[in-house]
Amino acid sequence: MGFISQHPVLVAAVVKVAVLLFIVMTGLAYLTWLERKVIAHIQSRWGPYNVGAHGLLQPLADGLKFLFKEDVMPPIADRLIYTLAPFLALSLGLTAIALIPFGPPERLFLGQPIFVVSDINLGLLFVFAITSMGVYGVALAGWSSNSKYALLGGLRSSAQMISYEVSLTISVVGVLLLAGSLDFNQLIEAQRGYFRYLPFIPRWNIVPQIIGFLCYLTAAIAETNRVPFDLPEAETELVAGFHTEYSAFKFAMFFMAEYANMITVSCLATILFLGGWLSPFPDTWTWQNYLPGAGLLLLAAYCAWNTVSEMRGFARLQFAVVTMLALGGGLVCLYPPVAVHIQGPFWFTAKILGILFFYIWMRATLPRFRYDQLMSFGWKLLLPVSIANLVVTAFVIVWPLLRHG
Amino acid sequence: MNIAILMFFVCALLAVAGAVVLILAQEPIHSALALVLVMMALAVLYLLLGAPFIAAVQVIVYAGAVMVLFVFVIMLLNAGVEERTDFSKIAKFAGVPLGFLLLLEIAHWLAHSPIGTAIANGVGSSNEAADTANLSEMLFRQYLFPFEATSILILIAILGALVLARKEPS
Repeated sequence: MGFISQHPVLVAAVVKVAVLLFIVMTGLAYLTWLERKVIAHIQSRWGPYNVGAHGLLQPLADGLKFLFKEDVMPPIADRLIYTLAPFLALSLGLTAIALIPFGPPERLFLGQPIFVVSDINLGLLFVFAITSMGVYGVALAGWSSNSKYALLGGLRSSAQMISYEVSLTISVVGVLLLAGSLDFNQLIEAQRGYFRYLPFIPRWNIVPQIIGFLCYLTAAIAETNRVPFDLPEAETELVAGFHTEYSAFKFAMFFMAEYANMITVSCLATILFLGGWLSPFPDTWTWQNYLPGAGLLLLAAYCAWNTVSEMRGFARLQFAVVTMLALGGGLVCLYPPVAVHIQGPFWFTAKILGILFFYIWMRATLPRFRYDQLMSFGWKLLLPVSIANLVVTAFVIVWPLLRHG
Repeated sequence: MNIAILMFFVCALLAVAGAVVLILAQEPIHSALALVLVMMALAVLYLLLGAPFIAAVQVIVYAGAVMVLFVFVIMLLNAGVEERTDFSKIAKFAGVPLGFLLLLEIAHWLAHSPIGTAIANGVGSSNEAADTANLSEMLFRQYLFPFEATSILILIAILGALVLARKEPS
């Protein structure tokens, strides 16, 4: 007990990281399920259906499969770097998420802020520092495999990530100018309130910085190597790109790193452009505190109806369990102190899910760019537009000062 | 033991070890990765000195951009294992002792100069001068001309590299 009372911040950080890791890993697994389901429904298919009701246990089965598969390493691979690369990719992807505030820092539990793991002054810069290291995982995987396809995939990926990182960073600077800070909490607080002449539209940065938002979203898709910018793993040209030679759990780690990066850029988009954990409704509308609980109760009702009338056998049992979980969770969320506390994370998660859905939608809709198109798009269109956005924003901010002072 | 001091020694050790591997490794990519390790360790040292902005920029610029380009070029050229020759006699008998002498001299100077003691006392404390707002104030007001001159210098270097690398029109 002595250690805990002496270092409360340290112990709280370790506990929060452990909980966050569990939530993020589960989230990653179910993000793959969501992606397969959404794409399947867009393409008039059912998607995963057989492992668990509606394929709900599919991520678990996939994880077990990856664990038990044979881990093949090419004999001419550079053993050290070949092993290091997937660890690097996944650990960097997860570290970046630990810097994100999921709720207001003033919400305390046992005297410690519960929704913020690390409250640092330069949060945004540190996230960029960590994500800028992410290219090593891909590049080193491509090089160390000692295979032509993997090398070409790694080369393409490094070139692409360096090119789009420039636009990504510059498209964000407009938001920083508006808030005058690099601290996540201040960036979010600067978006509180409503526009003066349009009092029903929240003052989120997406309205004044719509060009910056579109540039950020495009560059972020390219940064995370997703369709339509998934050139590094273009299977018609490069087999599987940088992870051609990877198998078993090392492959799964690259897979998880990709989804972790998706979550990170969605979190950043939410914080910078969509008002972070702020609710779109005014604070006086207290009924919004009960939205998460009501949503869970609706889910419980839907699952209960399914359990009783639609499902048979094992699937019926699973739906009963899901019903119980949703019912219990919904009742806990309706308890007023809890309802007030989870407002921040609720809106934050809802916005992240919206962006992730957009990501998946893009993947199901758009064809892949050609490599030269990708490069000319990034350098000749995206970069000039984001620089123009930055210059115009700076000018608009400085103009009143010049006129009056 | 103070956690900041402990972190300092761990990172200092990592930086020195990375630098040694950088010189001794035969595979160019191992050298490049060792240099990345040195950069990261230095970034943590800046953090310990209370300069988080410098630390973040160190990682973004050096580890995240410059070294990525190094790795990229090594991969592109598919550079093989470097060749080793025997050490020359002069290097062995004069270079090694002289190198140690230089190292001792630097260590002695750092331990007794005002800069060295200021740095040593700064470990684990916050540094007012390295605050981001202060830093930008200095960079864009007090040192605006040298700052802009440096950027033009870098632009000239880029243009020079382009001219040198361009193929002659036949």
